[in-house]
Amino acid sequence: MTAVAEALSQPEGSISALSETSGRAALALRVTGTLAVVGVVATAWLGLFVTPNDVNMGDLVRLLYIHPPMAWVAFVAYGIASLSSLLYLWPRTRHPRFDRMAGASAETGVVFTGLTLVTGSIWGRPTWGVWWTWDPLLTTTALLFVLYLGYLALRRVPGDSEAVAKRAAVASLVAFVDVPIVYFSVSWWRSLHQAPTVDLTGRHLYVHGSMAWTLLLGFVSFTLVYAWLVGHRYRLSTLRQREADECLTAAVAERQQEGQS
Amino acid sequence: MAPAVRLREAVALAGNFPLLTGVTLEVAEGEIVHLQGPNGAGKTSLLRLCCGLVALCSGEALVLGHDLAAERRSVRRDVGLLGHSSFLYDDLSGEENVRFALRASGLSGREAAARTRGALDRLDLGGRLASTPVSRLSAGQRRRTAIAVLVGRQPRLWLLDEPHAGLDQASRDLLDGIVAESRQAGATVLLSSHEVARATAVADRVVHLGGGRVTEEPVHAA
Amino acid sequence: MLRDAALVCGKDLRIEMRSRVTLNQVVPFAAVVMLLFGLALGPDRRVLVPAASGLFWVAVLFSSVLAVQRSFALESADDAREGLRLSGLDPAGVFLGKAGAVLAELVVLEVLLAMAMALLYGAHLAGVPVLAASAVLASLGLAAVGILYGAAASGLRVRETLLPLLFLPVVAPVLLAATKAWNLALAGTPDRADGWLSVLGVFAVLYLAIGTVAFGSLMEDR
Repeated sequence: MTAVAEALSQPEGSISALSETSGRAALALRVTGTLAVVGVVATAWLGLFVTPNDVNMGDLVRLLYIHPPMAWVAFVAYGIASLSSLLYLWPRTRHPRFDRMAGASAETGVVFTGLTLVTGSIWGRPTWGVWWTWDPLLTTTALLFVLYLGYLALRRVPGDSEAVAKRAAVASLVAFVDVPIVYFSVSWWRSLHQAPTVDLTGRHLYVHGSMAWTLLLGFVSFTLVYAWLVGHRYRLSTLRQREADECLTAAVAERQQEGQS
Repeated sequence: MAPAVRLREAVALAGNFPLLTGVTLEVAEGEIVHLQGPNGAGKTSLLRLCCGLVALCSGEALVLGHDLAAERRSVRRDVGLLGHSSFLYDDLSGEENVRFALRASGLSGREAAARTRGALDRLDLGGRLASTPVSRLSAGQRRRTAIAVLVGRQPRLWLLDEPHAGLDQASRDLLDGIVAESRQAGATVLLSSHEVARATAVADRVVHLGGGRVTEEPVHAA
Repeated sequence: MLRDAALVCGKDLRIEMRSRVTLNQVVPFAAVVMLLFGLALGPDRRVLVPAASGLFWVAVLFSSVLAVQRSFALESADDAREGLRLSGLDPAGVFLGKAGAVLAELVVLEVLLAMAMALLYGAHLAGVPVLAASAVLASLGLAAVGILYGAAASGLRVRETLLPLLFLPVVAPVLLAATKAWNLALAGTPDRADGWLSVLGVFAVLYLAIGTVAFGSLMEDR
């Protein structure tokens, strides 16, 4: 609500201030975006044409350069979303920007979790012979995907912006606490069954030379893609909030006129 | 004496719709104020702001010495609202509803039971009616049950939103008597009613609302 | 806080005693789910008995969605939710009270459903102390998460569809741990269920703690 209060108290100043800060932010975003695109293209080129085949996996090993970076980004995204939600729930640090950050980061996280699950399945099918296995990491990732789908659905329900933010922050906290419990109980559940049909420990690869560099580049460029997407989503929601506040100033003036008749 | 209600340029919103657009109003302790204005002038929103159901967005609002921006919850035990809904549980009897509300406001079991009986009798809801589930009561009896909650709670600030609606003449007289009595006990009352003659008779002062704020002149619907 | 919790819990259970919605609708629903599982898996007891506890807990999970929805349907009629906010009750007390009422309802449901399970699937109920302990701990976790998300979704137009999507993934570990504990108890090795009981316990404690702290901000949203 503080943003609304500011908008009400200084309706003229906000537009010029907005264009100035957004100019700098836009430049930073454009640089990040360019680097991200260059990085992803370079990763693809290195991964497809420069790095060698693996003795056991053959060409499949090339998924190494995108799948782990995507999973990494997904977990980073949820971490940042949860941290922002906590900062929002904590009364002393409550500010709409943390809510916007949580929303932007969770949204990007869901996209990357989806990609992680898809690339993982594509990798798993020829390697282990199955599309899916009840490995703790896989199960937790899948559950994270649905947990945050629910979170995004909750965010999308229209309402008073403060109410939406509070609901979402609590939901994010609930989901975040759930992740370690799920991971722990699923791994225990698995370990009590007979020897696993699929041995995921087989994913230990000998990464060397150009492979290591390509993998590192993959991590860096996907993190940049994440920053770029989140930056845009964040900027968009800030602009929407500004627009709503500007409309509000007009609406207040219009409503005050009703009293004059 | 500190005023019971002090609002300065109070703005309240529902999403992006401005409910209140800068209300400045002071109500002394023990005063009865009648809020007048056409539909949509902001009467209900003003009453709901005073009990913290509507959030203050900007401006200042002090109710019974509590700052609504910072401590919305702490005014609640001293404020009673008679709103458009009665806040009753259909499956419980009138007696159970009133007793639950009184217990919730912090009274002990025995005290709540005694006051419940007194309040229900005061509103002609004693005896068999008291043990009937409120879903089987008439609209007027429901309304009276809601008033009984206020009588039992004896809040320091009464917020009455259309209190006369849905009541017969006898019950309206009863209500006006209760309002006068509560003032005797030192309570402050804010009410909005379309029964202008009745409300003006019981009130010390009329405040006109229009467009979500206080106006000098009576506002007529366009 | 505990006083307020007892008050709200008593109120919810009293309404349930009057209306019998959980007993007359949710319990039969759970029994129907069990029956349908039986039809889906076929009459072979060698298939049904090992699957019994898993099917039982899936039925409980679905039923707890309904129990939570019912718990908030009470509060949405006649805007009782606003009444609850106005009452001055401690939000943590409201959370614990409502969770306590759902817990009591779920435990009754589980007792009845366990008998149905023994009857329909021919499962022999063994290791009753472990069965009971895991049922109580699991229901506590379900009630805590359910009331938290029920409050987040209540008052929204899409609450019926949103609640299951939010609730069911979160309680996946409860399904897992409770099913394991029941499997072990039914198989005659209840002493090996300790670990799963502690998973259920940790889950319940964590979500009760989150609810106690965070329920205030959910109640104060509008």
